[in-house]
Amino acid sequence: MTLTADAAATPAAETRQPILQAKNLVKTYGRVVGLDGVSLSLYPGEVLAIIGDNGAGKSTLIKCLTGAELADEGEILLDGRPVHFKRPQDAHLAGIETVYQTLAVSPARDVASNLFLGREERRKGILGSVFRMVDKKGMRKKARQQLADLGITTLQDVTVPVENLSGGQRQAVAVARAAAFGSKVVVLDEPTAALGVRESNQVLQLVKNLRDRGIPVILISHNMPHVFEVADRIHIQRLGKCATTITPQSHSMTDAVAIMTGARKA
Amino acid sequence: MSQSTQQVPATTGPHDLAEEFLDRTTPLSRLRNVMHRYPALSPAIVLILAIIVFGLLNERFLNPANLSLITQQVAVVGTLAIAQTLIILTAGIDLSVGAVMVLAMMVTAQITIETGMPAILGLLLGLLVGLAAGAFNGFLVTKLRLPPFIVTLGTLNIFLALTLLYTAGATVRGGEMPDLLTWSGTTFNIGGVNFTTGVLMMLVLYFAIAFILNNTSWGRHVYAVGDDKEAARLAGIRVNRVLMSVYLAAGAILAIGAWIQIGRSNAASPNASGELNLDSITAVVIGGTSLFGGRGTVWGTLLGALIVGVFRNGLSLAGLDVLWQTFAVGVLIIVAVSVDQWIRKVRK
Repeated sequence: MTLTADAAATPAAETRQPILQAKNLVKTYGRVVGLDGVSLSLYPGEVLAIIGDNGAGKSTLIKCLTGAELADEGEILLDGRPVHFKRPQDAHLAGIETVYQTLAVSPARDVASNLFLGREERRKGILGSVFRMVDKKGMRKKARQQLADLGITTLQDVTVPVENLSGGQRQAVAVARAAAFGSKVVVLDEPTAALGVRESNQVLQLVKNLRDRGIPVILISHNMPHVFEVADRIHIQRLGKCATTITPQSHSMTDAVAIMTGARKA
Repeated sequence: MSQSTQQVPATTGPHDLAEEFLDRTTPLSRLRNVMHRYPALSPAIVLILAIIVFGLLNERFLNPANLSLITQQVAVVGTLAIAQTLIILTAGIDLSVGAVMVLAMMVTAQITIETGMPAILGLLLGLLVGLAAGAFNGFLVTKLRLPPFIVTLGTLNIFLALTLLYTAGATVRGGEMPDLLTWSGTTFNIGGVNFTTGVLMMLVLYFAIAFILNNTSWGRHVYAVGDDKEAARLAGIRVNRVLMSVYLAAGAILAIGAWIQIGRSNAASPNASGELNLDSITAVVIGGTSLFGGRGTVWGTLLGALIVGVFRNGLSLAGLDVLWQTFAVGVLIIVAVSVDQWIRKVRK
């Protein structure tokens, strides 16, 4: 059912192979059903939004896709090959990066250190191999390059501690980190929830830039205008299932909210 | 209200007004940002001022012999404070550093004289004791997830009791020990000032740990874990592994501190830990390292240890009661922590 809705909504996507695919994911927490057979496909170069009311299973779905949780049943395919993520690092290694709602940045460290946190690059030669020195200059240079590539102009100085940045700039750091290492998929969990109008727009622009660079994005959000502004397709999660997948062209925001809350059948 | 908002030219749009509002800086906030960036700056200024003031108060203060004495008095606390810095950087605290040092020291001294084994083996056994103590603290912190304060409060008592049980309270005098054990107390002369090998060992440790913290991934992970544990975990850092390695490193440093202590007092006494546990924390805190973790440097700690040494020495040369030294150290701690709190209040 879900798959047919998918195909109907995106005729163009039919011909391409999905980068990330979930098939009938089931996840229960004791007697509580988190996911009740959810399928999802993410195609190259698209922004897929996931919306849903609280408790609809958005977070659980994302956690299963990014290795933070293990699904009880179902299959996850990356580039058509089955994958089994047991912890977040497994997903990192496979090229799936997640920007968590909490951003997971280290406040007292500077922008460049945060971009490379947990995957510092070493200097060449003996200094790196014997003395284990990290390549500070190189990482700063790459950090600047990465920010420029993403069109992030609000962060000029990569040596500023992250805690001195505004909410939008911090979000930009987290997104840039995900984009730098997420070679396959970038997942953003409520990236605009805590931001002001201007900062939200900057983050939405970043999402578009990512898509333009060919990296598919999964965006979880409560904010309908934001979703409708950037999403190519919208996966509506309801009661642990995918109610339907729509596009901003096929449905209005009111329709989406109606399906999300169950006021209207998909 | 503020000058900057009044100076906005009439032509500026609302956008720039908002920017102006957010970026309002005062001389005070700029000072705060500088101190935030260089946490060792304020202790450096305090140390220089203290040296100038005490030098003016009493000409004997700047005597080479007196300066040499200060460095020797600082060597043991200074070394323990390196271990303490590592642990405080991870947002922990170690109340047992002095107890671990004394345990390692007594094992080294007593086993060496009792069995007549080569002194180097005795030192290695001391190192083993330090590592084991660190591993025990680290195990309780990472696996049982107990707060470091509680863990080390417990192990402080355990290690002290073990030391007294093992030694029956007996002191080993320097003359009984092989030369290698007291080698850390031998002096050499640089430019008229006598330094002990122990002071040199401490300085080497400072250089080594400062290098590692600044230049290796491990160093960065230590800071990241102390800064925000959960963020570090999500960024792919193995938090427990980093914590365990920090406690092990601290144990090894404490064992070296034990060697320096033997040279300094030319004896190994089971009662040597005295105030070392708290003094090491004092040095770290005065040195600008935050008790909340993730912020600070070992150079700040060295400055902190020197400040305490200079204050104690200077005040006693000025003829003040020893209790005023303690009083001054207390004031220093409170001032240092207040400054840290103020620095941390950077825009959220």
